[in-house]
Amino acid sequence: MLEGLIAPLSYAFMQRGLLAALMVGVLCSIIGCYVVLRSMAFLGDALAHAVLPGVAIAYLLHGSLTLGALVAAVIVALGIGYFTREGTIKEDTAIGILFAAALSLGVALISAIRSNNYATDLTHILFGNVLGVSSGDLWLTAGLGAAILGVVLACYRPFLVISFDPVLAATLRLPAAKLRYLMLILLALTIVVSMQTVGVGLAAAMLVTPAATAYLLTRRLPAMMALSAGVGAFSSIVGLYLSYYANISSGAAIVLVATAFFVAAFALSPKKR
Amino acid sequence: MKATDFESQAPARLELEGVSAGYNGRNALEQISFQVPHGGQVAVVGPNGAGKSTLFKVLVGLLPVRSGQVRIHGQPLGLHKDCVAYVPQREEVDWRFPVTVLDVVMMGRFGKTGWLRRASPRDREVVMRSLEHMGIAHLAGQTIGSLSGGQQQRVFLARALAQEPHILLMDEPFTGVDVSTQETTLNLLNQLREQRVTVLVSTHDLNMAAQRFEQVLLLNRRLIAYGDPAYVFQPQHLQQAFSGQLLFLGGDQGAIVVDQCCPDENHAHSHEESRDA
Repeated sequence: MLEGLIAPLSYAFMQRGLLAALMVGVLCSIIGCYVVLRSMAFLGDALAHAVLPGVAIAYLLHGSLTLGALVAAVIVALGIGYFTREGTIKEDTAIGILFAAALSLGVALISAIRSNNYATDLTHILFGNVLGVSSGDLWLTAGLGAAILGVVLACYRPFLVISFDPVLAATLRLPAAKLRYLMLILLALTIVVSMQTVGVGLAAAMLVTPAATAYLLTRRLPAMMALSAGVGAFSSIVGLYLSYYANISSGAAIVLVATAFFVAAFALSPKKR
Repeated sequence: MKATDFESQAPARLELEGVSAGYNGRNALEQISFQVPHGGQVAVVGPNGAGKSTLFKVLVGLLPVRSGQVRIHGQPLGLHKDCVAYVPQREEVDWRFPVTVLDVVMMGRFGKTGWLRRASPRDREVVMRSLEHMGIAHLAGQTIGSLSGGQQQRVFLARALAQEPHILLMDEPFTGVDVSTQETTLNLLNQLREQRVTVLVSTHDLNMAAQRFEQVLLLNRRLIAYGDPAYVFQPQHLQQAFSGQLLFLGGDQGAIVVDQCCPDENHAHSHEESRDA
């Protein structure tokens, strides 16, 4: 048993993959608490798919795929904020429009790319390739992750108030619109970071599933964040081993493990009526 | 309209001048002007969609005014941070949010503590006092979703107290709560009067407004009447405010207001305001 756990770690790629999966699992799960509480699951899914055109353009220009994804996600996040400003159109409508537009642009660009290995690269973007994490990727993930968590920690109270009680936020003169943009950008960054491990196709699941699991079992936001991070981290590790031994996609394995936790929590939850 | 400036040397706590505001191109409030003196308590009444909630949203700064001006202590709205507290209607709150009673009441201190600093001993003291005042200190560790309707209302009253506001707005605090919570709310109003906190309470309960408030503001998009209950609740004012919902049974004094139903639990708040009055 112990042998089975240690053996894969003799490979450097496995060590890096495990570290990356851990960091992404924790990061997604903590941001995910706001995604669940503010009903932003659709938005998270949309942002995840919206990075596709950015990745395709970066691929065509031989630039950094991560940077391309980042730019695309931030543009779409700001676009959604812009269209829904002062209630011009409803948020889910704006998301639906931009999500489809970005995805179409991505598909159009990808179909125009004619190279030998683009299919492999794009599969990695869609479904993740945690075992192909370079040490540069690892540093980028760690840096961005630390920055995101730092902001989440510093903005704990403002985020709590705008999520729970927008009227109180107004009476306290909180810049609610700016905070909402900030949250969208943090979400976009998180998705980009998670692209490598679970891929854009499944990033939304990592944002929602561990947080929803923790929501069922906890009574306060800090506890929900801690438990969510735990579920995310544990799912990442178990999922990665599963992917190593069963030879299945790492992203899919991680999400399936997290889903198993959710189902168990749902069955045991005191909140279930 | 009856002037109510019994303390003319001090600027009115709250002053509205020609305020219009609304949603989607339609004004839910039209040219509203009134003053509430220091420590005044006003019941805001009117039919559904009269703009009661819109008025409160303007006062907390959630909805910008289209024209006119709101002044607090003689200064325009927005210069004051944290001097207005708002007790929401029960259906406005996400009761499944993972926060405890203590968490919610502590939120009332954020404006004073700052967004990064830890709660000071004084913050804790004020929060504990507010909880005890509302008789819910023993529930501090409970999640808000596990409480009864009356207890939930007390949590938000305690939070408003913890904010130590100059102006307190309560949206339908007498709707859907038990008698003892109504009584607690009324006792609180008496104490706030002694502390000279200015209070606006919206209510569907015209009897409550007439019996427990010195000033009543009758609203139906425009300000119909403002003054003491005997002045406001005259048939011609009620006719103007409630028109179709008003039933006259012989003689001038025989007015009965019917169809005074409250929006039901799942009724989205914006609907109430967007419906034509």
